[in-house]
Amino acid sequence: MIAIPSIPGFLREPNGPIGKPVNRVDGRKKVTGDAHYAAEFTLPDLAHGCIVSSAIARGRITRIDTAAALALPGVIHIFTHENRPSLAWFDRKWKDDDAPKGSPFRPLYDAEIHHALQPVALVIAESFELARYAARLVHIEYEVAPHQTNLRANRANTFTPGKDKGGFQPPPKPRGNPEQAFLDSPVQVDVEFTQAAEYHNPMEMHATTVLHHDDGTLTVHDKTQGAQNCHTYVCNVFGLPKSAVRVMSPFVGGAFGSGLRPQHQLFMAMLAATQLKRSVRVELSRPQMFSFGHRPETIQRVALGADRDGTLRALIHEAVQESSRNENYVEIVVNWSGQQYTCDNVRLDYKLSRLDVHTPQDQRAPGAATGVPALEIAMDELACKLGMDPVELRLKNYAETDPNTGNPFSSKELRACFQHGAERFGWAKRTPAPRSMREGRELIGWGMAAGVWDAMQGQAAAKAVLGVDGKLVVSSATADIGTGTYTVMTQIAADVLGLPIEEVTFCLGDSSLPTAPIEGGSWTVSTVGSAVKAVCDRVRSQLVTLAGKLDNSPLKGVAEADVLFADGHLIVRNDRSRRLSITDVMRGSGTLSIEEEARALPYLLARARHTFATHSAVFVEVRVDEDLGTIRVARVVSAIAAGRIINPKTARSQIQGAVVWGIGMGLEEEAFTDHRLGRVMNHDYAEYHVPVNADVPEIDVLFVEEHDDMVNALGAKGVGEIGIVGVPAAIANAIHHATGVRVRDFPITLDKVLAGLR
Amino acid sequence: MRSFTYARADSAADAVGRAGASGTAFVAGGTNLLDLMKADVVHPERLVDISRLPLDRIEDTAEGGLRLGALARNADTAYDERVQTRYPMLSKAILAGASAQLRNMATNGGNLLQRTRCYYFYDTATPCNKREPGSGCGAIGGVNRIHAILGASDQCIAVHPSDLCVALAALEAVVQVTGPEGERSIPFAEFHRLPGDRPEIDTVLRPGDLITAIDLPAKGFAEHSTYLKIRDRASYAFALVSVAAGLEMDGGTVRDARLALGGVAHKPWRDPEAEAALIGKPATPDQFRGAARVLLRDAKGHEHNSFKIELAERAIVRALTEAAERKGAPRP
Repeated sequence: MIAIPSIPGFLREPNGPIGKPVNRVDGRKKVTGDAHYAAEFTLPDLAHGCIVSSAIARGRITRIDTAAALALPGVIHIFTHENRPSLAWFDRKWKDDDAPKGSPFRPLYDAEIHHALQPVALVIAESFELARYAARLVHIEYEVAPHQTNLRANRANTFTPGKDKGGFQPPPKPRGNPEQAFLDSPVQVDVEFTQAAEYHNPMEMHATTVLHHDDGTLTVHDKTQGAQNCHTYVCNVFGLPKSAVRVMSPFVGGAFGSGLRPQHQLFMAMLAATQLKRSVRVELSRPQMFSFGHRPETIQRVALGADRDGTLRALIHEAVQESSRNENYVEIVVNWSGQQYTCDNVRLDYKLSRLDVHTPQDQRAPGAATGVPALEIAMDELACKLGMDPVELRLKNYAETDPNTGNPFSSKELRACFQHGAERFGWAKRTPAPRSMREGRELIGWGMAAGVWDAMQGQAAAKAVLGVDGKLVVSSATADIGTGTYTVMTQIAADVLGLPIEEVTFCLGDSSLPTAPIEGGSWTVSTVGSAVKAVCDRVRSQLVTLAGKLDNSPLKGVAEADVLFADGHLIVRNDRSRRLSITDVMRGSGTLSIEEEARALPYLLARARHTFATHSAVFVEVRVDEDLGTIRVARVVSAIAAGRIINPKTARSQIQGAVVWGIGMGLEEEAFTDHRLGRVMNHDYAEYHVPVNADVPEIDVLFVEEHDDMVNALGAKGVGEIGIVGVPAAIANAIHHATGVRVRDFPITLDKVLAGLR
Repeated sequence: MRSFTYARADSAADAVGRAGASGTAFVAGGTNLLDLMKADVVHPERLVDISRLPLDRIEDTAEGGLRLGALARNADTAYDERVQTRYPMLSKAILAGASAQLRNMATNGGNLLQRTRCYYFYDTATPCNKREPGSGCGAIGGVNRIHAILGASDQCIAVHPSDLCVALAALEAVVQVTGPEGERSIPFAEFHRLPGDRPEIDTVLRPGDLITAIDLPAKGFAEHSTYLKIRDRASYAFALVSVAAGLEMDGGTVRDARLALGGVAHKPWRDPEAEAALIGKPATPDQFRGAARVLLRDAKGHEHNSFKIELAERAIVRALTEAAERKGAPRP
């Protein structure tokens, strides 16, 4: 057991806001239109940019004729690789906090075309409509080179990446003798899975507004999950002093990973603003949202060998994914398969195939959302072959410690997820045979799957300013991409200092605030929440010290650990009549404000010796029309183990949203690439399908009790991604239960079911 | 932006008069045209706004049918009590399409004239004979999940995206048109074209023609009809296959039959031979399947859409079965 710093008073007050379903503190701003997004800021002389996208997938530009566009009155300038200014030379200047190994894409750098829809010119005009029209008049001639965009055709042309991206470890070395153990197993499953490329498609399209101030400084309103990441990037690329630029992103209309890296609209808006010395906005069109970053297409093989009692003897999981020519995007995909179940003979293998595409990009539960469903469908197939209940099979092989490392889990209440989820769903009433449940022409299927995601923590700093009026402002340069960061950070601060929620303001989305990492990986509560707690603890100590020094103080000589904070007061724990209000302490001591800054680190020793993960069990009912193959998800129960839930309301919304994502991944989302053109063709909301309201049933979310002293000072793990991980597999398994048709190719569209119903 | 002129027509004759010049387009609800203009797919030089013309009424006809004004909104049409009672398949078809917001804006005449949703038609960096004659068809040999299995040509395999039109085809509606050469009536089956070697032309309308109304005959198959739409998600998606089915029943025997398919061809697909195969026959799944096979006898799939052939067969059987079982008009 690792020694954990004590947590004085904190979380011991049952009436504090932590754990309460507090409404979003930014809710009113959002519903009244008072929350402003990147493309909504303006100055009187704002110029508008429109990006011209490449018509080819690979080759080079031989000629750009901008004369017709420039001839239009009101067109200010057209940037191309031919007239761009000198930019940073070294790759490291173009790197960002989420960049994988390789050479980052440089917009307008040279004549080379690396992928379809690559930005090749930027038209700046006095109005958006004019810029868009002028962009169409830019005449570009290309020398076309052959391209490869088809992963299936290039699946053998692979290499094994290393530790090429933060947050992802290469697969562990094989253990035991998996090939022989598989051959020796009396019950075997050996199957291949394919997963289509998916695009993030946040509702708000990527946009940047650069406001050029009279003193030459720039305020950059960008759609990003990391204001400081973008700040460093633009300063490096354009050679600007840090003080000359401030990047803001107080509100982000969804991102799901698409805002983890600086995207090219940021570069474009900065290029124009710095060159033209005026304010500029560049917003991508919906088709251009398919010009960067996506969840990569994947081909996987899962082979499971088991004894007749269900004991796993062999587990082999191989994955091939696409990456670009210029960077090694990795999400490993297979590692969770070695972690989820006890098995002595395991081989995990992960390879990349380089295609002529833009670099893929982390998308909600990157890797796990792709790899875990493959494992969980294979487990379902194994259960079918064994004649065993799918939940029983998972319990039979339940990993009490992490088989990949041998380390214990900091906490793992997956067993409780299975139990409570199954109870809520009514799993016991399931008849195991496929096609055994129906209502009229609808075949009913009940399927389940487990999920897992990492409980990561980074480093962050936070600042707190407590005013004499008892109002607290806490800040950190993190982001709120709709997840509820504003709200939970407010709750944590209010809890530590015993303040009403209304007295606390949390500021984020501003590169000038204390350091915070990009908001991703479900680590923000853990990372930034710990910093908020740390800084508020310091304010708390100061208040106790100040209170003790006051004349006739009822807190004189009371140790900090014996003081609790509630209702805006400092209260002696074992004699609650002895109390002082925070404002009285401030006034009495002549303190106008208390300012503190603190940095929080993960518990590195604990982290080195434990595995930290969130878990889920997902139960799904589908209805499949037996003649037409149409699939409807009728109900979902998702049981989540994620440590302490800071806000059950925003956490539930996270899980529900992720289940909707899982429905999309399971049934609908797919980028169709025309491999002759190397181009995604369904690049709009009409034809790239995400679930609509009518696709989404009642989603029942349970949070099981999970106590964790090691994960961080809050005991909370983060819930942004775990909700999606099990869902596609549970849907696939339910479809099999309904129809007897096993589809291993996501998304499961009706034609794939129909083919099996014949 | 690309310049165009805008004029508001104050009468149908005025609209027709203004539309004589080439490069002129009428605009009413604008739900398709404005999108296409923004996407640089179409670029009219002159817009004539007809949205204020008094063509938005729904009226009984002397023949016992119903006249749907060209400018009546899709939503107003779908929720019109006479439409719901006498032509329930039409109401159901309209409500299966688009979204509530779009149906509130879109007009009936505009619905007939909406363009295909083929990916290549919308992406100006790719070939499309419909958008740019002679440039080739991107969908043939490309991505063609949503494309035609009937009546296509080697120039174009796009489908007409409308739901409403499929019901109108089954009901044998008549399109009333006024144009430079006066008024004329176009039977619905003749209104939309097959692509052939002129896929850029969707309908038989001539320059300056204005749709004024759509006439529904008295026979609405209200007792035994349905509209079945199969798509990749439960709402806000175009049909992979849709079926408008209307039967007249005499006990268990089919006395008259109408069958039209959407999502399968460049126009709502009707086949008199398939309908003939039903008439006088018992209303059984086998008979329905037989008719479906007649209708699909020349169906041809491409790499991604071959499943539509079997799906269409199953959908026809389901729709006819539902229509045969149905008693009376459903009240939404």
